[in-house]
Amino acid sequence: MSKSLLSINNLYASVEGRHLLNGINLDINPGEVHVLMGPNGAGKSTLANVIMGDPRYKVDRGHIYFEGEDISEEKTDARARRGIFLSFQAPEEISGITVENFLRAAKSAQTGENQKLLPFRKELLAKMGELGIPASYASRYLNVGFSGGEKKKNEILQMEMLRPKLVILDETDSGLDIDAVRTISESVGRYRNRKNGLLIITHITRILQDLPVNYVHILSDGRIVKTTDASVIEKISRDGFTSILG
Amino acid sequence: MAKQKTVLNEIDRGRFDFRDTDKSDFKTEKGLTPDIVKEISRIKNEPAWMLEHRLKSLDIYNKVPLPAWGPPLDELDLNNIVTYVKPNTGMKSNWDEVPDYIKNTFDRLGIPKAEKESLAGVGAQYDSEVVYHNVRRELSKQGVIYTDMETAVREHEDIVKPLFMKLVPPEDHKFVALHGAVWSGGSFVYVPAGVKLKIPLQSYFRLNAPGAGQFEHTLIVIEPGAEAHFIEGCSAPKYNVLNLHAGCVELYVRKGAALRYSTIENWSKNMMNLNTKRALVEKDGTIEWISGTFGSHVTMLYPSSILSGEGAKSNFIGISFAGSGQHLDTGTKVVHAAPNTKSTVSSKSISKDGGIAVYRSDVHILPNATGSKSSVICESLMMDRQSRTDTIPLMDIRNDKADIGHEARIGRISDAAIFYLMTRGLTEEESKAMIVRGFVEPVAKELPLEYAVEMNRLISLELEGTIG
Repeated sequence: MSKSLLSINNLYASVEGRHLLNGINLDINPGEVHVLMGPNGAGKSTLANVIMGDPRYKVDRGHIYFEGEDISEEKTDARARRGIFLSFQAPEEISGITVENFLRAAKSAQTGENQKLLPFRKELLAKMGELGIPASYASRYLNVGFSGGEKKKNEILQMEMLRPKLVILDETDSGLDIDAVRTISESVGRYRNRKNGLLIITHITRILQDLPVNYVHILSDGRIVKTTDASVIEKISRDGFTSILG
Repeated sequence: MAKQKTVLNEIDRGRFDFRDTDKSDFKTEKGLTPDIVKEISRIKNEPAWMLEHRLKSLDIYNKVPLPAWGPPLDELDLNNIVTYVKPNTGMKSNWDEVPDYIKNTFDRLGIPKAEKESLAGVGAQYDSEVVYHNVRRELSKQGVIYTDMETAVREHEDIVKPLFMKLVPPEDHKFVALHGAVWSGGSFVYVPAGVKLKIPLQSYFRLNAPGAGQFEHTLIVIEPGAEAHFIEGCSAPKYNVLNLHAGCVELYVRKGAALRYSTIENWSKNMMNLNTKRALVEKDGTIEWISGTFGSHVTMLYPSSILSGEGAKSNFIGISFAGSGQHLDTGTKVVHAAPNTKSTVSSKSISKDGGIAVYRSDVHILPNATGSKSSVICESLMMDRQSRTDTIPLMDIRNDKADIGHEARIGRISDAAIFYLMTRGLTEEESKAMIVRGFVEPVAKELPLEYAVEMNRLISLELEGTIG
């Protein structure tokens, strides 16, 4: 039996006494695509951030394991270096740091090897080309003045450059036009392989069209209330969550 | 006045924080008397007018009260400042003749290496006296003078006497009066008309003796159409008694001339840095100030430009970084005293671990300065809730044909931004350093490369090892 990539065991989390996650259990094995759906406020983004170790949230109970090791107490950067990646719903704008310098520093930190300027740039520009990001964006400040779509593409670019084992996409498809969703969906499709895992948080379903979805989890009030296969997606897009949650 | 104990947190200041055993061969008594001032003058073998100037300044010093604004200065007990420390060497123009312990100091600071690689001339001051001065021969042939201030007083009296402390008179405030009385060392630069220096001149000031004062005087004259870039660097090892730096810089930028004056100051955190710098800029001349303040316990520093001729320009770029136990009160002053003069001010300050960073500027547009433009941008970043920042930008505009712009931004470092960078594998420390470097970037990119590198290094040094 292959070791699970991510294993979440009875996880409770809160912010200032407000209970946001109320006993999450979730296992993601290498090669699997999981989709997390649910109404607004169900705790989807909270779960993504807690997996990443966001210090704003307090973990009250439970554990998070990555490749069999308990990472519940680890700092965010250590989790990232293990190979967990979160594509943010609203990526931060960081003034004064170029996309290229930022990514080179991040990759150096993750690999423990100083990334050489020219080979790194070559790879970066190739990946930017695939995503349809103009080369000039490499020397722009990180997300500063980027449109919503450009920020999301830049998240996917980071995923491609950092090559994580577990990718969490938090509404990477929302607010984008059809072409941008297709570009991102194709890129994620290419990225998927037998070794890595995907957890996709989405409201809309176009991003899933090119992906073989293994499981769909429905989250409500900080609990996974239903886990099923991809066939539920169509039902949700037609009839809404109430048809599932009853 | 009782001596107060200053509590300073240890921060690894890397290569700056080493001390040499105090080997000076002469020290004045603590405190300041006319006899001490006379003795300084006698040792320096000065002309009578300079002794007269010193005594007059001492008189003013004794009458003028401490400034009634700015950071508290009550920790400073002037009776505890050894005002004059003379190292046991004369001035040399060959590093091999400088005593080893002093030469080693400058080696560790990288000065002789920089001289070989990227500088047109170098001056090095150790405590009160300049121990080394050299300028490339081809520049001397063009009439460029670059020497220590004492030599200039004796050998270039015709230039020095009419200008010395005329732009910054001792009446200005208590610490220039003190400076006028006990000044020692510093650099004199004279660039004749039309001579354009392509590479910079650098003076480095090192204060080694504990409880001492450094009062160097820098006088620079850039004649019509000439150009130069002058760099000053300063550092000192840390002692647990307060040191005092009250330097004075007077810059004369003549018609159509240009001068860039760069400082990255990294005094140790027991230094009271009360420094006065002023430039007089004539018609179509340009002064550029680059002012980085990283060290010191307390700093009051406001490089000023008087734009006295039509079309004169002043550009000021300032960066300050106040850590634990530091109170840095910095900024600039510009007086637009002629038509069509221009000034830009761009200042960034960072405060952390309870440090206090104050930005203070004062832009005056006089009634005759029609068609003048001024743009002031100041931004402050606080790293935590203990730190403080204030911005006090004053503008006094006395005609309605001037174009003025002002932007001020104050903010605290964003936890969301730190988290975002950490999710990409950067440590908390690296993430904060990256945000700070990004914050100063618009200013840093205006710096010469070596300076940008030095500043990034200092920022990393300030941030490292401070996160639990």
